Amino acid sequence: MLHNKVYPFYFVLGTLILYMVFFVIPAVMGLGYAFTDWNRYSTDVNYVGLDNFKTLTSSGNNYIHYARNTFTFTTATIVLKTALGLAFALLLHNGVRHLRSLYRLIIFLPAVLPMVVVGIIFKSVLNPRRGLLNEFLRAVGLDAWTQQWLTDPDLALTSIVGVDTWKGAGYIMVILLAGLQTIPTEYYEAAQIDGANALARLRHLTLPLLRPALIVATVLNILYGLKIFDTVYVLTNGGPGYSTEVLYTAIFKEFSKGRYGVGTALSSLLFFVMVFIGYFVIRLMEQGRTND
Amino acid sequence: MTKGRPLTALASFRPGRLPTAKKVGQQGFNHVLAILICLVMYAPVHLVVVNSLKDRTDARSMSIQRPTTLHWDNYSTVIEQANLEQAFLNSVLYASSSTVLSTILAAMAAYVMSRNKTPLNRFLYFFIIMGIAMPINFFTLTKVMQITHLINTQIGIIVLYAATQLPFNTFIIYGFVESLPRELDEAAIVDGAGPLRLYFKVIFPLLTPVLVTAALLSFLDIWNNFIFPLYYLNDSSKWPMPLAVYNFFGQFESYWNLVSADIVLTILPVIAVYLLGQRFIVSGMTAGSVKG
Repeated sequence: MLHNKVYPFYFVLGTLILYMVFFVIPAVMGLGYAFTDWNRYSTDVNYVGLDNFKTLTSSGNNYIHYARNTFTFTTATIVLKTALGLAFALLLHNGVRHLRSLYRLIIFLPAVLPMVVVGIIFKSVLNPRRGLLNEFLRAVGLDAWTQQWLTDPDLALTSIVGVDTWKGAGYIMVILLAGLQTIPTEYYEAAQIDGANALARLRHLTLPLLRPALIVATVLNILYGLKIFDTVYVLTNGGPGYSTEVLYTAIFKEFSKGRYGVGTALSSLLFFVMVFIGYFVIRLMEQGRTND
Repeated sequence: MTKGRPLTALASFRPGRLPTAKKVGQQGFNHVLAILICLVMYAPVHLVVVNSLKDRTDARSMSIQRPTTLHWDNYSTVIEQANLEQAFLNSVLYASSSTVLSTILAAMAAYVMSRNKTPLNRFLYFFIIMGIAMPINFFTLTKVMQITHLINTQIGIIVLYAATQLPFNTFIIYGFVESLPRELDEAAIVDGAGPLRLYFKVIFPLLTPVLVTAALLSFLDIWNNFIFPLYYLNDSSKWPMPLAVYNFFGQFESYWNLVSADIVLTILPVIAVYLLGQRFIVSGMTAGSVKG
C-alpha cells in the first residue's frame, strides 16, 4: 500500500493513454473493420464477411506475390547483413589494434541516415548510363557486369536488397561487436593453448557464445524486413510492373485508392504475425538484460 | 591475464620464427580491408557533398570528381526553391517536442512500473513494450486521428511521433531504473519527500545517461521518419525535411546539384547528432539489441 503511494499509478497514465490511443485502439478497430467494405467513397460501412481475405488470397490480385517479395527481401537481407555484420565485427574486434572506433564510426554511419535520402542517392548511383556503379565497372574493365539495376524486373529486387544491406550491415556489426566484447579473452587463450586454429575458434567458441546476439539481431531484422516501405517506395515504388511490390507499399496503394477494408484486413494479418514474433523478441530482450 | 602478456611477447622474439613480421603484415592487410569497407560506406555521402557544389551540367553525371569551381549558391537556391527554411523548422519542432514528450512520459512510467512490481504493473510493462514489434494500422489510425481532430495538424504529428517512441524508451529506461539502488528512495522518503519530489529531485537527475540515450535515438528516428507525414500531413507547409527533399527530388530530378545540396542539408543535423552522441547512440542500440 505504501508502495502505491510512493510510486503512484498516475505516473504510468500518460504513456498508457498515448499507447492505447495510437497503437492498441487502432489495432483492435482493425480487427472489426477487416470484415467490412469500408472505403473512402461511401459513408456506409457494411459487413462483408471474409470477402477482403478472399481478395487478398485470390490469384487475380497479386498479394501472394507481394508477400513472397517481402519474404524474399527479408530472408536475403537477414543473410547478407548478418554475414557482413559478423565479418566486419570480427575484423574490427580481432583484426586491427588501432583506429577501431574510427572504423566503427564510419561503417555505422549509413544506419543513421534517413532512408529516403539513401534511396535518392542510390537512384543516382544505380543509374544505368551515368550512375557511379556502372561507371566504376566500366573503369575497371568489367563492362559485362554493368546492369539496368533498378529497371530490369529480374534484378530490381536484388538491387533493393543490396541498398538495404549497405545501410543496415553496420547496425548488425555494432550489435555483434557488443556481443564479442562480452566474451572473455581467457577463453581464446585457453583454446589457443589447446591448439585450436582460427577457424575452430570461430566455430566452437565465437559463434556459440554470440548466439544470443545473433538471435536478437535476426529477429529484429525479421520485424524490420516485414515492415519495409521507404526503401522500396523511393527506389522503384514497386516497379517495374509489380516486380518489387512489397506488403507495405501495397498497403499504401490501397490507402491512396481509398480501399480501406482490404488494407485493414491485410494490416490485421500482419498484426498477428508481428505480435507473435514480438512476443519472442521481448522474451529474448528481457533475458539478454538479466544475463548482463 | 596481464601477467601472461610479457611472456608471449618474449616468446615471439625467439630466433627462427618471425611471427612479428607476419603479424605486422596481417595487421596491414586488415587495415587495408577496413579502409576499403569505410570507403564503400562513405562514398555515397561524399558523392552528394561534391555534387552539391557543382553547376547543373557538371552534376548531371553525379560523378565523384571534384567540382571545378565551388557553387555555394546551390545552397541558397535550394533553400529558397524547396522552402527548406519551413521544412527545417518543422523538423526541429517535431523531432524536439516529440522527443521531450516521449522521454519524460516513458521515464515516469518506466520508473513506477520498475519500482512497484504489482501484477498489474508487470502486465502493463510487457503490454507497452509489445509496441516495439506491433505494426501500425494506418487505416484505423486515420480514423482515430480524425475523431481526435489530430489529422493534418502539427500537434497531431507531434503526439503521434511521441507515441511511436514510447515502447522502446520505456524498455531502455526500465532497465536502467532497475540498476538504481532503492536505498535512495528510502532515504528521500525518510526525509519527508513526497512522490513528486522523490522523482524529480532524486531519481530524474540520476536517469540522465539513459535519458540522453533515449532522447538521441528518438530524435534521429523522428527526424528521419518519412511514412507518418506521408500518410497524415497533406499540407506541404507542414512537411518535415525528408518529405520536402523527396518532393523536391520529384520536381527537379535533373538538377542533381540542387538535389544534392538539399540532401546535404537534410543529413547534416543527423550527422552532427550522430558524431556528438555516438557513444550514447551505440549503447542504446545494443541495450537488449533493439531498434530496427
